[in-house]
Amino acid sequence: MTKSALPVTVMTLLLLAAWYVGAAWLNWPQAAETLARAGKPTAFADVLAQAYAMKRPILPTPGQVVVELWNSLTGYAPTSPRNLLFHTWVTTEAALTGLAMGLVLGILLAAGIVYTRTLEASLLPWVIASQTIPILAIAPMIVVILGNIGLTGLLPKAVICMYLCFFPITVGMVKGLRSADPLWLDLMRTYSAGGMRAFWSLRLPASMPFLFASLKVSVAISVVGAIVGELPTGGQAGLGARLLSGSYYGQTVQIWAALIMASLLSVALIAVVRGLELVLLGRAGAR
Amino acid sequence: MRLLVSDLTHRYDDLTVLDGIDLTLAEGEILAVIGPSGCGKSTLLGIAGGIVAPTSGSIRVEGEVPDGCLNPITFIFQDFALLPWRTVEDNIALVLEHHKLSAAERRERVDSGLRRMGLSEFRNALPKQLSGGMRQRVGIARALAVRPAMLLLDEPLSALDAQTRELLMDDFLELWRREKTTALYVTHNLDEALRLADRVCVLSRRPGRIRELVTIEVPRERRQEPSAQAHLAEVRGRLWHLMKAEAQMADREIARA
Ligand SMILES: Nc1ncnc2c1ncn2[C@@H]1O[C@H](COP(=O)(O)OP(=O)(O)O)[C@@H](O)[C@H]1O
Ligand SMILES: [Mg+2]
Repeated sequence: MTKSALPVTVMTLLLLAAWYVGAAWLNWPQAAETLARAGKPTAFADVLAQAYAMKRPILPTPGQVVVELWNSLTGYAPTSPRNLLFHTWVTTEAALTGLAMGLVLGILLAAGIVYTRTLEASLLPWVIASQTIPILAIAPMIVVILGNIGLTGLLPKAVICMYLCFFPITVGMVKGLRSADPLWLDLMRTYSAGGMRAFWSLRLPASMPFLFASLKVSVAISVVGAIVGELPTGGQAGLGARLLSGSYYGQTVQIWAALIMASLLSVALIAVVRGLELVLLGRAGAR
Repeated sequence: MRLLVSDLTHRYDDLTVLDGIDLTLAEGEILAVIGPSGCGKSTLLGIAGGIVAPTSGSIRVEGEVPDGCLNPITFIFQDFALLPWRTVEDNIALVLEHHKLSAAERRERVDSGLRRMGLSEFRNALPKQLSGGMRQRVGIARALAVRPAMLLLDEPLSALDAQTRELLMDDFLELWRREKTTALYVTHNLDEALRLADRVCVLSRRPGRIRELVTIEVPRERRQEPSAQAHLAEVRGRLWHLMKAEAQMADREIARA
């Protein structure tokens, strides 16, 4: 922990410095022009200060983003659309619903593939093919099709998340369910335990480390899926909607605040998965 | 329970591994099966346990099943077959989970298995925290929890060092002193056969045929006594001679192939 603290701090400081340099460089022409048009002095320090204080910068500074985040999070009630927490929750809800659906679908597919040879041959190519279609192409279609049959709001977004999530889960679970030692399967047979028992007592627990490895990937892409799903809906709520409206009105600070929130959300969700893994698999998990 | 094997032959594709085996296992008898590796000993156990269907011949199991027996024919494995994520007691409980038992009876069976194998204080340990000997004791406790009528043991002590093997042989002696569970005990270790078995069946190299069936005339409990040593030495000599001959011929065949 302490060993990695120094490199991490140095790296963070370097990145922040680079960010500030980048912001100055990108915003410079605009800042200089603004000052000139207002007839104000355009010395180096003046332009720099202006570059860091633009209302619609090309690249906002980390400070501006933090202030925006702070104002949004503390200035309004958490249920208000002006608070980013409200949007974060909307996105989280879709991401988690989609993750749950992807989990069920992934496990069902994996069990099917593991238990029936014909499914492996017939299903696996489709599962892989599904992932070669860019989600940006398929997301609007999902929204339109589901909207046509009266499904709007959370569900289309969750379906998009599911579409992204189920793949790593299927792949991980196929491997995990197959990781059960043949000797254990013999054991179950010689004690005349049925196939269902072998699934629940043997294959499923043996697959848990694989499942959690997949879940950590899936939970992060589920957040991406939810955000992508919020774009074609026109975006009333959610981090995706904030990104969309931000870019619509050139509110770069708002965009960056939403981006930071989205990555914080992913990090938090991965931490939750990691915590669950520790609690559920505990000391046996490291086997 | 009795086991009656007659004219049993088994082939994996065109590899004949067992050829014309005739064998009777009396109620409460312990029969050791020895033979060179690859001669079909494990296959014979698999057939006896009903997990391998023989190519031809018949295998019958007869006799009373004791009260509370959940799994008449029960295996004990060379590699223990413990689930690494389950504690000792949960590994034992595993084989009870698909039976309708009251919680109290389940606990009683697990506890008595733990007690009999001296595992009570390790009940919450994971297999990886145990020595090989202790792991096999868990395997035995698990087998005892279903109150078997017949045990099929496939080289149960082969993965253990010599000293641990001695200790576990004592455990087996104690087990068979308390209850007369019929057993088919596969080994390639003469000591185990001479300590534990009533009779010893020597299989030939593959395809396994019965070379000889030797009865050990001294009861198990008295084999440590001086008066038994002459007979045991004679039996050991005969078995050793047979095994050596088979092993040598098997070697030569492998060299030629
Ligand atoms: N499932 C199987 N399929 C094909 N060959 C097998 C199978 N199981 C065992 N064999 C072969 O049959 C022979 C006897 O095996 P086995 O019964 O395990 O012998 P042993 O236990 O005496 O060493 C070996 O040559 C082994 O390679
Ligand atoms: Mg074997």
